[in-house]
Amino acid sequence: MTAPAIATAALDETALPVQETARVVRDTRPLRLLTCGSVDDGKSTLIGRLLWDTKAVKEDQAASLQRDSKGKQNDLGLPDFALLLDGLQAEREQGITIDVAYRYFSTDKRSFIVADTPGHEQYTRNMATGASTADLAVLLVDARVGLLEQTRRHATIATLMGIRQFVLAVNKIDLTNYDRSRFDQISHEFKELALSLGVRQVTAIPVSALKGENVVYDGRASMPWYEGPTLIEVLELATTRSAQTVGFRLPVQRVSRPGESFRGYQGTVAGGSVKPGDSVVILPSGMVANVTKIVTFDLVRNAAVAGDAITLVLDRQVDVSRGDMLATIDSQPMTGLAFDAQLVALQPEGIQPGKRYWLKSGSRRQRVQVQPINQLDLKSGKWNHADELPMNAIGKVHLAFDEQAIFDAYEQNRTTGAFILIDPDTNNTVAGGMITAKRAALGGIHTEDSRVILSLPADLADQLMATEAFANRREDAEVRRVTAARAIEIIDTIDE
Amino acid sequence: MPHTHPETELHNPQSTKPPLDPHLKALENEAIHIFREVAAEFERPVMLYSIGKDSSVLLHLARKAFYPGRVPFPLLHVDTGWKFREMIAFRDEMVEKYDLDLVVHTNPRGAAENVTPFTHGSALYTDIMKTEALRQALDAGQYDAAFGGARRDEEASRAKERIYSFRTPDHRWDPRNQRPELWNLYNGMVRKGESVRAFPLSNWTEVDIWRYIQAEEIPIVPLYFAKKRPIVERDGMMILAEDPRLELLPGEAKREEVIRFRTLGCFPLTGAIRSSATTLDDIISELETATVSERQGRAIDRDQAGSMEKKKREGYF
Repeated sequence: MTAPAIATAALDETALPVQETARVVRDTRPLRLLTCGSVDDGKSTLIGRLLWDTKAVKEDQAASLQRDSKGKQNDLGLPDFALLLDGLQAEREQGITIDVAYRYFSTDKRSFIVADTPGHEQYTRNMATGASTADLAVLLVDARVGLLEQTRRHATIATLMGIRQFVLAVNKIDLTNYDRSRFDQISHEFKELALSLGVRQVTAIPVSALKGENVVYDGRASMPWYEGPTLIEVLELATTRSAQTVGFRLPVQRVSRPGESFRGYQGTVAGGSVKPGDSVVILPSGMVANVTKIVTFDLVRNAAVAGDAITLVLDRQVDVSRGDMLATIDSQPMTGLAFDAQLVALQPEGIQPGKRYWLKSGSRRQRVQVQPINQLDLKSGKWNHADELPMNAIGKVHLAFDEQAIFDAYEQNRTTGAFILIDPDTNNTVAGGMITAKRAALGGIHTEDSRVILSLPADLADQLMATEAFANRREDAEVRRVTAARAIEIIDTIDE
Repeated sequence: MPHTHPETELHNPQSTKPPLDPHLKALENEAIHIFREVAAEFERPVMLYSIGKDSSVLLHLARKAFYPGRVPFPLLHVDTGWKFREMIAFRDEMVEKYDLDLVVHTNPRGAAENVTPFTHGSALYTDIMKTEALRQALDAGQYDAAFGGARRDEEASRAKERIYSFRTPDHRWDPRNQRPELWNLYNGMVRKGESVRAFPLSNWTEVDIWRYIQAEEIPIVPLYFAKKRPIVERDGMMILAEDPRLELLPGEAKREEVIRFRTLGCFPLTGAIRSSATTLDDIISELETATVSERQGRAIDRDQAGSMEKKKREGYF
């Protein structure tokens, strides 16, 4: 292993997410987590145990649980916890989790939303659904079995989706006679995997979900060798995802025109902040206006931040419609006709090269052609060339649009960097994706029809348009007028 | 610190409401986002309005989402004819006060055949007067999206719901084949006849609802507050005995008790709880120490195992 020393050091602390917690103000918003891992490693049992031990199961629910699990009680006389989660008839009949279930529980210190996601490979899409909104992933491994391909798939998808905090729950440790060396071996293996994925926060815990050891109550009696935190202690101290740092973003959901005198742009702030007096650029048109008012139901505000659902009033009549984005002028999102992305294929038909899909990102929906480049081999961790992407594949793709697309890199903004693909034949959601490439969007790029996009400072653009040399090529090119500061950034990128 | 807003110019200078706590604020933002998304993407949305506390919160959020405009879609009340009288009075008051478009629908077949919770049993009654009636009303209005106040914490099959719940032209929900729903990117593409049930309150819990009602001073039906009321005890439930259509069975007697309702449906199928909670503070503290779940007073959930799922598959909201 040639991992950076600093990362190894952080990982060797089996204890809590170290530096993060100290400087984070306790957040009263719930922590969103998901549990994942392979089939039969006890995910539903673990969440059932969490709910049971945090007293989230009410008496009438406990009674019907006891009734439903008749004959299935374990030797501790406890009900079948999985039945708390697997609410669908088909799930109960087959004893498996098919679809993601969301559960809510709290301790004195914090509240939680947990997504219980299926382990079966065929239901990977439901795991991805749960991962897209989670702050933390609890990965379960059966202590007797160790890491499986599905563990790797789930860890990879969770990482792609931006999850940076992992708990490895080595479950059914009681069935190994609380074997410490087995636990150490699995933890070590997982940490190597996590490092290769770029994850820096892993807490490994030996757990018996069935007996409730190291879940809410500690398992010291059986495992004196384990001195780390219980699962609930880790969850209580985990951090929610940090606020995004790129500039102000407002994907326009709808235009509000209740009468002649009012025209407002409604949407949820997807990054940064805004206040009256700020100048904003309207994309893709590139027009500029100033914010005069931030209107909400109760009051007129003097600022709005990421997450706020607001209505914005501008100082001039401009053409803005659903799908446009309002952004800070000095830190704009990328616009262009082509982007690179990573995606997870979610439906049996996979992702077909050259097919035209609908892409939805923020409030913008547009046509896109998807060209697969690579597919991730989960066993080796290598990216192999791929011409198409079958169901559950994780791939790198090239996206080509008919009209301007507007994105940030997913790493910089989880809202403006994410998209879904919709199959126009079935209307089904066939992929979830994350924008990776910065290059394709900036400067001059060549698309399939060889049109050139030039982003230039406004005065330069005007000069260029006026030249005779350019007159013949106007059909082939599109000129975007940008501010000088922006042009420097573009030139820097082209130089790369 | 996120979500702290120095407040300047208040619309209502009398308002002394403190800002929402970040948790409720985040839930509110999410719900408003969903409302706006549906209103923008669908041609004929409608909001299912059942007059309960969740509906009251839903309505409040809809008003917030479209302010300063009015709510841009009608409210649909599927009236079984067996709602509490106070609920109907409250409904009409809200429609008047907030300038709402209201559509009321009662299943004409059920009315003609005089289907009642007493004569047909709760399961068949619910099927005809609620599920079938809802489907009729949605078809009649050609609605392609229907907002509902369902929460995932209510019941095991509800925990499996997407925020956009896709329904076939005959209103069926296929829980095994739901559209993946990543981030807050909702897929609103439907063909003619197909529709989506949209649930802006998916991530709210019962306590969140009450704390929000309190923080936002949202009006609710007075039946939620404890008061001395006439009741009769039947099938282990305390049923409100105000409606002249409630016939006493042999051995039953009316008596007065201080009661309130934790959930509101059709009066013959909704059990009251003994409670002295007369304020929102009381209700919230009662809830925080409650040892039974909210829906234990609802007869229709208990018809059989998987009862809610079955109803939902057939089009119940």
